[in-house]
Order: sequence, then structure tokens, then C-alpha cells
Amino acid sequence: MERYRKTEIGLPVNGAPRKFGVVVFPGSNCDHDAYHVLKEIFRQDVRFLWHKETSLQGVDAVILPGGFSYGDYLRCGAIARFSPIMKEVIGFANAGGMVIGICNGFQILCEAGLLPGSLLRNARLSFACDYVRIRVENAGTAFTSASREGDVMKIPIAHGDGNYFADQETLDRLERNRQVVFRYCDAQGSVTEGANPNGSLRNIAGIVNEQGNVMGMMPHPERASDPTLGETDGAAVFISAIGHLIKTGQMKHATIS
Amino acid sequence: MFLAKINVTLRTSILDPQGKAVQHAIETLGMEGVREVRMGKYIEMKIDSGDRAEAERVAGEACRRLLANPVMENFDYTLEKI
Repeated sequence: MERYRKTEIGLPVNGAPRKFGVVVFPGSNCDHDAYHVLKEIFRQDVRFLWHKETSLQGVDAVILPGGFSYGDYLRCGAIARFSPIMKEVIGFANAGGMVIGICNGFQILCEAGLLPGSLLRNARLSFACDYVRIRVENAGTAFTSASREGDVMKIPIAHGDGNYFADQETLDRLERNRQVVFRYCDAQGSVTEGANPNGSLRNIAGIVNEQGNVMGMMPHPERASDPTLGETDGAAVFISAIGHLIKTGQMKHATIS
Repeated sequence: MFLAKINVTLRTSILDPQGKAVQHAIETLGMEGVREVRMGKYIEMKIDSGDRAEAERVAGEACRRLLANPVMENFDYTLEKI
């Protein structure tokens, strides 16, 4: 009996290109990866947005990429969240605009209060640089609509502070609202302690906000989208997002279905 | 001018693997009786103000808005005139 099903995605995505903005903070180092896959693999309109800029240039979606913004000084993302562009990103998100935070981007979204909780130091203290599996928990979000619930994605992580924490009340609320998008799992899709690379509570690897337009995830989908590199399970995130943007025009009020 | 001495500490509900690692290291030094170690941050901040109340306000705001993340940290500070 098939315990899980891999997402079968054809590349590239059809439809008029949408506009993506990849924010670059001092210390971001996954900005080019995100730019590359969006431009070359998914054929979208992408531009970089320097953290000091005060305009999002009319993009349909914002990516906060991975890296070590401000050297992770004080706390990961603690200083980046106050960059001038973040005022625009927060306004954009509050108005329903699509925002995807990857790794350091997820940390910044939590520090900025756009997502609940926080990312602590990995429980095992060592920097985790490895392929993991994550399970799609909610296929009804703008970032998983091309996936199916239970899909297992093979995807790389590279982080020292990926241990998701929130208090009991917040965690229960996330579960109740189906805001947990991805959980760390084993190759068969079982959510186990052994499959948890960093100690994240409830094996949480990615979440959305209540409105469903802002997502943060610790693993790197942009590093698992280019067939040349070998793994393409991460493509589902971008294909879902692009599909959602095409379907809804300029995304104004996304909701979790 | 005031010197704010600020402690940013993990909330008690947060697991502290760093603290645990340090505790084990102390044990391997042959020292006994060290029951628990929790790691925090110590920050010094000079505040240019002649008014203690104003300096309190500045220190508090810096802690609340940036230096401590309320999801997982507490803070306290002392102010001394310098």
C-alpha cells in the first residue's frame, strides 16, 4: 500500500509571468538561488529588492531569502526586521500580499511579528546541513495547492537556528487553524522525533499566518527546484505560489481553504 | 550620561541546550555541585541624558523593541550615572 505519494510536477509553469521581488539584506546568501529558480526554471519576472529601498516596485510576491542577515547579530533576523524595506513588506503582507520567508527569511518574519513564534538554536547545537523530508500538512494553502496532503518532499536544510518555538496556546491555535504547512518526517511520511533535525516543537518546518498569505519555512525549496542539481520536490512550493497568483490576479485577500 | 547594564535571559519554559552543554563541560572539569546552567546575554548601553526617568524610558524601549524577543526572553537592567 502506498503510504505516501510524491508530488508529480511538470516544469515550467504556464501562464503570464508574475512579478517576484527577492529582498537582499546585508548577509543574505540565498537571494541568487531564489532569483535563479524563479527566473530560469519558472520563467517569472524577478528582481532584487535591496533592503534600503522603500518601494516594492509593484511586485506580486515578496521572497525573504536565506542567509545570515546582519551576521545573525543579537538574534537571527532581529536587525533585518527593521530594515527600511520591511515597512513596505509588512504593509504589503497586512494588505494580503504574498510573502515567502525561507530560512533566515522565516526568522525575519517571526521577528517582525508577521508569523507567530520564534526560531531557537538547534537542540543538538550543531549546524544542520542535510537533506530532510517534510510532509505537506495542509494542501489548501497558496504554497501547497499543487501538492497533496501527505506528500513527502525531499529538501535541503542548512541552519543553526531552526528550532521552532511557540507557547502552548499559540501551537494549539496553529493546529486548530491548520496553519502548520510542513512537518519534518521520515522517508515514509511518518512524523517522528528521529526525523526532526533541530528539535522544532511538533516537528514544525513551515507555517502560514492566519490570513494564509505569508509563509515561513526553514528548508530551502529554491535548492530543490532545479533538475540540474538533482532534487525538484521544492518546485511544488513555487508552482503552487505562481498558480495561486495567476488564479487570483494580484493577490489581495488570500484565505486558507 | 547613564550606563545601562542589561541582562537578557531565556524564559524558564525554554530549553537551553547551550546551558546544558556548558554544565556538562563544568562537570568534566571535575567540579561537582553545579546543578543547572542557563545562558543569557549581557549588554551595556550608554544613554546620553541627564534625566534618570528619560534614561529608564530609553533603556526599556530598547529592550522591548529590539534587545529582547518577548516570545522567548526576559530582560532586566540597572542604570548608573557616569
